[in-house]
Amino acid sequence: MSEEIKNFLYLNRRAPYGTIYAWESLEVVLIGAAFDQKVSLAFVDDGVFQIVKGQKTEQIGMKNFSPTYSALGDYDVNQLYVERESLEERGLTVDDLMHLTWEDEDEDWAEKDSIRVVSRAEMAEIITQQDVVFSF
Amino acid sequence: MSDLHTINKSPFEKSSFDSCMEHVLEGSAVLLYEDGVYAALKGTAAEGKVKSVQGVKVYALGPDLNARGLQEERVIDGVEIVDYAGFVDLAAKHDKVVAWV
Amino acid sequence: MKFAIQINEGPYQHQASDSAYLFTRTALEKGHEIFRVFFYHDGVGNGTRLTTPPQDDRHIVNRWAELAEKYGLDLVVCVAAAQRRGLVDDGEAERNGKDATNIHPKFRISGLGQLIEAAVQSDRLVVFGD
Repeated sequence: MSEEIKNFLYLNRRAPYGTIYAWESLEVVLIGAAFDQKVSLAFVDDGVFQIVKGQKTEQIGMKNFSPTYSALGDYDVNQLYVERESLEERGLTVDDLMHLTWEDEDEDWAEKDSIRVVSRAEMAEIITQQDVVFSF
Repeated sequence: MSDLHTINKSPFEKSSFDSCMEHVLEGSAVLLYEDGVYAALKGTAAEGKVKSVQGVKVYALGPDLNARGLQEERVIDGVEIVDYAGFVDLAAKHDKVVAWV
Repeated sequence: MKFAIQINEGPYQHQASDSAYLFTRTALEKGHEIFRVFFYHDGVGNGTRLTTPPQDDRHIVNRWAELAEKYGLDLVVCVAAAQRRGLVDDGEAERNGKDATNIHPKFRISGLGQLIEAAVQSDRLVVFGD
């Protein structure tokens, strides 16, 4: 079958915990990382709440899956696009988000930011450049 | 690329419609189906956005309009009504399908 | 053209499975290929053989099964999502010590890699959800 590498985008538009979409979407990302595709994540609308720092879930009796986002860099998933307008509409700035990084093998394992804040217009371009968009 | 964006939620309940309309680019298309068809009606708060989106063809799924008692004359001029065969054709014709679930 | 279908919601609660079914059936009737239908999140509920709707309602599970029979469709239920929601086949029952199974024989339980593979191998991924 075809050996071409496709551009995969996971479009995250939902907040965590209220529904399971964010968590199960992350499970797809982790499994998908084993396939040789070019992977990006988009955080749009309430999806930006998924990567807010300081999540503590003990009192709701649910697993805190937010540390998993920090592990994405180890899976070579390091293109995380966060929409600026979605942040602003929700009273957030990039400082409210987890600091997600990856180590660049080609630059002596230099630590680099995985998150890139982009405008809505840029996000529209990012979406249209993909071969496959997963929505959950 | 020329994408087919699908919206299946009412514009009055969820942000899917608004968000999609703000991310769709010229040359792409939008298909309204399930409760998404409520965005295809004349005289609603959503009408302005449907009409003002530049260079984007908007479709509505006839079977979902009919199921909800929405006659063709209530649909915004320029919104094309398609059946499931049309939905499949649109998905095949465009480079990919982006679902705003 | 080759399509992959992803269904995120269970039967009856949401229209997603109905829409996906009509899309899939129409695509097959038009001569397209459906590489796989992948059931995720609550969508795994589409695969239980114990579903018993009222007689005057559509039988969503059997409808998928009949389409699979006619066209040789590959109906795949995500294992991780299925385990959480109590959808069990023989292998899962044995592994997890369950005393019953409920998967419909026309469906199979497999990993998330099947969704990724479907997206890689198909020309289009079409997602139906809430």
